[in-house]
Amino acid sequence: MRLHGKAIMSAGIAAFVLLVTFPLWYGGAGKPSPPDLRLDTPAIQELGEKRCVEDTAVMRSRHVQLLTAWRDEAVRKGNRTYTAADGRRFEASLSRTCLRCHSNKEQFCDQCHDYAGAKPDCFRCHVAPGEVGK
Amino acid sequence: MRSNRREFLKIAGVSALTLLVPAVLPPVRAAGNPSAPVAAARQASSPLQPLTAGRWALAVDLSKCSADCTDCTTACHQVHNVPALGNPGHEVKWIWREPFPAVFPGETHAWTGESLRRMRPPVLCNHCANPPCVRVCPTGATFQRPDGIVMMDYHRCIGCKICLAACPYGARSINFRDPRPFVQKLNPDYPTRTKGVIEKCNFCEERLARGLEPACVEACRQKALVFGDVEDPRSEIRLLLEKRVALRRRASLGTLPQVYYLL
Repeated sequence: MRLHGKAIMSAGIAAFVLLVTFPLWYGGAGKPSPPDLRLDTPAIQELGEKRCVEDTAVMRSRHVQLLTAWRDEAVRKGNRTYTAADGRRFEASLSRTCLRCHSNKEQFCDQCHDYAGAKPDCFRCHVAPGEVGK
Repeated sequence: MRSNRREFLKIAGVSALTLLVPAVLPPVRAAGNPSAPVAAARQASSPLQPLTAGRWALAVDLSKCSADCTDCTTACHQVHNVPALGNPGHEVKWIWREPFPAVFPGETHAWTGESLRRMRPPVLCNHCANPPCVRVCPTGATFQRPDGIVMMDYHRCIGCKICLAACPYGARSINFRDPRPFVQKLNPDYPTRTKGVIEKCNFCEERLARGLEPACVEACRQKALVFGDVEDPRSEIRLLLEKRVALRRRASLGTLPQVYYLL
């Protein structure tokens, strides 16, 4: 009787462990590779100094906050000039500043957003360069 | 390894040096490369030269505006990605034409002349000085700028349609369906809208920011549309308003419309 109870318990524990660790071993098999972002657009190739409005690390971690601040400044306050940390000045515009250089939305924006599972709705209204001809 | 006093002093000395290095280096780096910010500024886009005013207003010279011309509408709707939905019930309008008796119901009577009746003045958002739409908007998506432009912030609009009911001019439209597939020629510099968002004329504030006149004014071949600052006594629009009789739509409501129709 005692042996029988132990077997059931072990089976139960094993099933529990399998169930709990399921996401770890199942997800590991088809793990998507991190995106390889492409920066080789004609506009970027023409730049003498290949620099974004702010440093890459800042843009990587804070581009959402930057774009939100641009949106509020431009739409609500009518202020369309952005002064970067190093003093350079830019037009605060997703389509007229960001997308002029990063014209490859699929390879630049979408890859990373798909990987991170982020679904920004900017492009439900704003027009990406590739969409004009379609 | 046992450390004695000599070892300790060596390590302490090196540690103190590493603390000093960052304090000394940045000024040297900055002094050695003085032209870097200048070169960077040259690469950046040039700052914008916006048109500014105390209060923007538009005058429509009815003597110059021919009834069958659609240049202003075509230009405006093209610049702002206004969809051609085909269904009059779903129509999105920024600037369009209405028969004179519909535009000025208080100014016509049973014997209004045929020439006036046949007139179809262009109508648009009046950018009222006292806008009812701004007062009723629950989210602040509709607001008024200090220069008088009544703005729509599409990001904040929840499509409640209260502004639609409050506007006495029918100058606002709602997107009953996704307008994007119905835009004939996409202008990438201006966003389209989404389903459920209210929109209207914005006096081309995005063009004013770049130093350009509104698209309708630029497109009018008869020069029937005059845009300017009514608070500037030397502006063209003020000179016209001094010389000519001007009508405003439903002025008795007290909304203080800033679109003037010159007779």
